[in-house]
Amino acid sequence: MSATPFLVLSAILFTIGAVGVLTRRNALVLFMCVEMMLNATNLALVTFSRVHGNLEGQVTAFFVMVVAAAEVVVGLAIIVTIFRTRRSASVDDASLLKY
Amino acid sequence: MTTAVVTPLAESAPVIHPVAADGVFSLLWLIIALPALSAAVLLLGGRRTDRWGHLLGVATPLASFALSVAVFVTLLGRGEEDRSIVQHLYTWISAGSFRAEASLLYDPLAALFLLLITGVGSLIHIYSVGYMEHDERRRRFFAYLNLFVAAMLVLVLADNYLLLFLGWEGVGLASYLLIGFWQHKPSAAVAAKKAFVVNRVGDIGMALGIMLTFVTFGTVAFAPVSAAADQASQGVLTALGLLFLLAACGKSAQVPLQSWLLDAMEGPTPVSALIHAATMVTAGVYLIVRSNFIFDLAPAAQVAVVVVGAVTLLWGAIIGCAKDDIKKALAGSTMSQIGYMMLAAGLGVAGYAFAIFHLLTHGFFKANMFLGAGSVMHGMDDDVDMRHYGALQKAMPVTFLTFAMGYLAIIGFPGFSGFWSKDSIIETAFGTNLIAGLAALVGAGITAFYMTRVMLMTFFGEKRWAAGVHPHESPKIMTVPLIILAALSVVGGALLLNDWIVDFLQPVTGTAEPHELAITPIMMSLIVVAVVAVGVAAAWFLVGRQEVPREAPTRVSVFTRAARADLYGDALNETLFMRPGDRFVGGLSDFDAHGVDGTVNGTAAAFGGMSGRLRRWQTGFVRSYALSLLSGAVLVLAVLLAVNIA
Repeated sequence: MSATPFLVLSAILFTIGAVGVLTRRNALVLFMCVEMMLNATNLALVTFSRVHGNLEGQVTAFFVMVVAAAEVVVGLAIIVTIFRTRRSASVDDASLLKY
Repeated sequence: MTTAVVTPLAESAPVIHPVAADGVFSLLWLIIALPALSAAVLLLGGRRTDRWGHLLGVATPLASFALSVAVFVTLLGRGEEDRSIVQHLYTWISAGSFRAEASLLYDPLAALFLLLITGVGSLIHIYSVGYMEHDERRRRFFAYLNLFVAAMLVLVLADNYLLLFLGWEGVGLASYLLIGFWQHKPSAAVAAKKAFVVNRVGDIGMALGIMLTFVTFGTVAFAPVSAAADQASQGVLTALGLLFLLAACGKSAQVPLQSWLLDAMEGPTPVSALIHAATMVTAGVYLIVRSNFIFDLAPAAQVAVVVVGAVTLLWGAIIGCAKDDIKKALAGSTMSQIGYMMLAAGLGVAGYAFAIFHLLTHGFFKANMFLGAGSVMHGMDDDVDMRHYGALQKAMPVTFLTFAMGYLAIIGFPGFSGFWSKDSIIETAFGTNLIAGLAALVGAGITAFYMTRVMLMTFFGEKRWAAGVHPHESPKIMTVPLIILAALSVVGGALLLNDWIVDFLQPVTGTAEPHELAITPIMMSLIVVAVVAVGVAAAWFLVGRQEVPREAPTRVSVFTRAARADLYGDALNETLFMRPGDRFVGGLSDFDAHGVDGTVNGTAAAFGGMSGRLRRWQTGFVRSYALSLLSGAVLVLAVLLAVNIA
């Protein structure tokens, strides 16, 4: 079984995620795009793990999932709070942290 | 330590051969420690000591006086060759080959100073209890006075130049604190600063002199320096003499460093009496007499001392003639009388003893007159203008009589102490140098003039009192010290009986060759008395017989105007030193503001502007940060690929 289709899929997913992060304004969509990038990476990790025949890549993928889950908790809490105070989830509105 | 019999050669300074202190002499340190301790208690104890502070302040100088008398009496019981006693306390500084001991040297010269400082000092302390009664900072005043006494005792008891310098600076500090005691008055604060700054100029001479002494002799103690002085080169000895003369000029308010003394009268009157008349200002004379082993070998420096003394004695006397402020008139007189002492000290072996003799009698009568002036001010609501006095002899009989004793003493009325001491100086001056003698003689005439003027304006003539002023005699606590000092002013001349003081000081100053005068001493005295009489008569015709206006006349001669302006001493200092100094410092300050600060501030401004532009990159948009992250990652990737392919 060739690894190429998996890696291509991973690259496509990663690109979709990256473009989404750069172009979308809604914080939730942005968030999903980040998740998509993380999972694209996971897919690549698992693929290489199979190719090399060891488990290190798969273990790392699990770590990424755990970190992603923790990140979702914090991130969603922030987004909800921002939404409650501003009635909007647009990241361009929350641009106070600048010069 | 071995004792050697001192057999001084004619006209050369004796070598100091001190013996170790024993018996009552081992208590020497206590004479200094008592007032120092009291000053510490009063300053550190703060307000807790307010109620009894002045009592402690009076008790310690009195105790020191009792000790001084005890050691003096013991000293008299000793043979002439054992009269230099050294008490070693501890090694003060020891660095490499440099050693400075905290040792006290008690010899006839120090003995007389000890009696003067603690004796007159105690009387002035007692007087101050009454004079400062209504001052709420009286306790602090006594602390400073005690500090002064302790420092002055260190000065005269030191057995080396460095310890002497400690006392020298100590009295300078006390003088500064006490001139500015009423610091709420800007004039007092400025006067204190002026005294301090002018004294610094003299202290440069002192410090350089001590350094040169160490470089030349390898030690700063009097005894070894006195033994090795004749081996030093003439140039070094002259330099040392001139440096010490500069120091003496600063401390003793001699021309050209005279300008601070008149302003120093801003201090409370007991301070003027103790520090700026009787003791501290005579430290310069002490320094020269103490360093006689250097001056005797440096004739050029001696000439300089004589010139300074002669100029100052006329300078101060002329200023004294024109002052309406009673304290300033007395200050001019002090300057002039110290000029006499300097003159005598500059005359060498023949004059040292008379310089000290005049110093002692002057200590008596000038302290007496200053305290008398204080008593007058006390009764006149602190008015110092003699034009507002007049006819006080009825209102203040005790002050008048005691002041009159001081007056007769200072003009040299036959029989009074000043007559003997001033006559001796004039006589010695004529024996050595005609010009110095003439200056001293003319000075005596001017002294008689201005002191008679003070006397007439204050105690005689019409009442010119300000409205609401009711002069009254001062309380007993002030008049009793006046009476004692007046008695000393009258009988102080007894020190010269059988040439006692000359013989007593001989172990320190050496033996003088008898000098020959063209005329007999009696004739000389008659001439002096005649000159004094002319001065008194002139004052009587110019001041006593005329109405004294309440306001100082403004249409006066150039001479009066010059004397009122202190003979332009301040103006001279201003044009010669202050203004060029001001300009120099102004230039430096400009360079600092524009040159140095400009560089530093310019650099800071450049960085500030740069960061102001850089921070525009922080837009706050998450997406732009993400883009920069991505482009960074892409860049790194591209580089990695490029490297791998190449």
